[in-house]
Amino acid sequence: MATVTFFVVAVLAVASALGLILKRNPIHGALFLVINLACVAVLYLSLGAEFLAAAQVIVYAGAIMVLFVFAIMVLIPGKEETGPDPRRAVRLLALPVGALLFVQLAMIVRPRDARVPPPPAGGSAESLGTLLFTDYLFPFELTSVLLLAAMVGVLVLARRRPS
Amino acid sequence: MEHLALDALAAFILLNAVIGMVTYVTLLERKFAARMQSRIGPYRVGPHGLLQPIADALKLMMKEDIVPRAADRWVYNLAPIVFLIPCVLIFATIPFAPRLGLADLNIGVLFFLAVSSLEIVGLFMGGWGSNNKYALLSAMRAVNQIISYDLPFVFAALIPVVLAGSLQMSAIVAAQQGLWFVAYPVIGQLGFVAFLVATLAAENRVPFDILEAESELVAGFRVEYSGMKFAIIQLGEYAHMIASSFLGALLFLGGWLGPGSDIPAIGVLWFLLKAMLVFLVVTWVRWSFVRIRVDQILAVSWKLLLPATLGLLLVTAFWVALRGGAGA
Amino acid sequence: MVFAFAAAVAGALIWIPHLIAPRRLTAVKAQPFECGKDPIEVAEGRFAIKFSTIAIFFILIDIELIFIWPWAVLYRRLGWFGFAEMLVFLGILMFGFLYIWRKGGLEWE
Repeated sequence: MATVTFFVVAVLAVASALGLILKRNPIHGALFLVINLACVAVLYLSLGAEFLAAAQVIVYAGAIMVLFVFAIMVLIPGKEETGPDPRRAVRLLALPVGALLFVQLAMIVRPRDARVPPPPAGGSAESLGTLLFTDYLFPFELTSVLLLAAMVGVLVLARRRPS
Repeated sequence: MEHLALDALAAFILLNAVIGMVTYVTLLERKFAARMQSRIGPYRVGPHGLLQPIADALKLMMKEDIVPRAADRWVYNLAPIVFLIPCVLIFATIPFAPRLGLADLNIGVLFFLAVSSLEIVGLFMGGWGSNNKYALLSAMRAVNQIISYDLPFVFAALIPVVLAGSLQMSAIVAAQQGLWFVAYPVIGQLGFVAFLVATLAAENRVPFDILEAESELVAGFRVEYSGMKFAIIQLGEYAHMIASSFLGALLFLGGWLGPGSDIPAIGVLWFLLKAMLVFLVVTWVRWSFVRIRVDQILAVSWKLLLPATLGLLLVTAFWVALRGGAGA
Repeated sequence: MVFAFAAAVAGALIWIPHLIAPRRLTAVKAQPFECGKDPIEVAEGRFAIKFSTIAIFFILIDIELIFIWPWAVLYRRLGWFGFAEMLVFLGILMFGFLYIWRKGGLEWE
């Protein structure tokens, strides 16, 4: 049962990722992204990381998707961009950088055993919180500084300048 | 295999219960609204109009299903389904009495909020897929409003979680054995009111219904939907509202607790009664208040409810620590 | 399981009208709804950036909430230590929130 679920979800995840890349319409892409992120959440759930799964749904499938959609709506959705590409040079970099990323991923994945042992503490909110609020207290507090920087950044970038 | 069959049976029963409940809650709302306006409400179909919801359902099924030429067919047709699924799925986490529910998850409340936040995906798909100015504008407004009120909603829902020290729904009810959370001085009442207001807004009910302001946006994001697809969106909306009422009854009103609730059947009755009470309060507000403006809606959320619920959460935490929460 | 059933029922409900409902589609019916007038232009984009701004603030506080969930569950065990932790965390964030507020980032104009 678990194996069947895994393969169904995995195929769906890959298919929706392909849809995201291949679809011309950005809104279709965003909708495929939601399917993809939801599939990842189901995979987390099947690994016993229930808190992570819920967080994935709330932050990514819910909030990030809204942001993407709103960002698309600020531009002209449904229409293709035309005219010369202003960043041709940057585009040429994509291939070597992508290859580098692929090599890195391969190096991370390769030496490990395919069967990842379950995390020692489990994936519930309690076990996660126990670690977070004792051993990883400093990174936790630091996160708030990161979020603060993001807040200020948004305001600076998006606010209408007095003309 | 037997386990799987039992699961399927339970899911089947739950789904039917949800659909039955939704159809009859619409009648309850119409009757209630009519009484508020000195009318009788549905009366002709069946005794006291009791068969009205069934007649409505049949009528909607017989209606022609129109797909606008300009619509994005796939997105347009899938939207009602995507909208309905999370609204029904959240019922799976609600325990209706001790050990009577599909899944009493460890992260129950969190799961509820996570799944119900997916509702906006279907909503946006409907508004955008229709390719209609009003529908699109309405969907944008709706998403904007729902995300704005999601935050105070969660902060208010966290107050009982802090008091109970668990995300499991049955544990939260068990923690209210002595005193319902709504009866906790100041914290309970303010938390409950904040929860109700956030629920109203998250369900896009009056006075927070700018997304279907008839005078400007006709019928909101579902303006292009007709027949059964319209009915499904409506079904999802009501299902979500009832689920939120159940959550409110669970978090603040002690769930199934009440005199004689040791017997599961009476517990279920108590729970239903409390949930319907929450639902009627929401309906009462709907038929009593006027619509407020977009900027006012956002101001209420970001400048009033969000800081207030956050402060309330900290006060609750302070109080729990004062009573010696450590080690308890 | 509930997911599968919900999807099946929604699918069936959409399919039933195909059997019993009339289908008399005309060109007028298939037009976008516009209160009886001919639509002037199709619905498409260019929404104000204020929508995105609100969405980003929402995400930031949503992420903050993800940290508060486990805290709320564990709070009874953490006691005053947990209270202080969260006060520092929220204090830094609320500083940012107040900054946005004072600078008019929450105005819908």
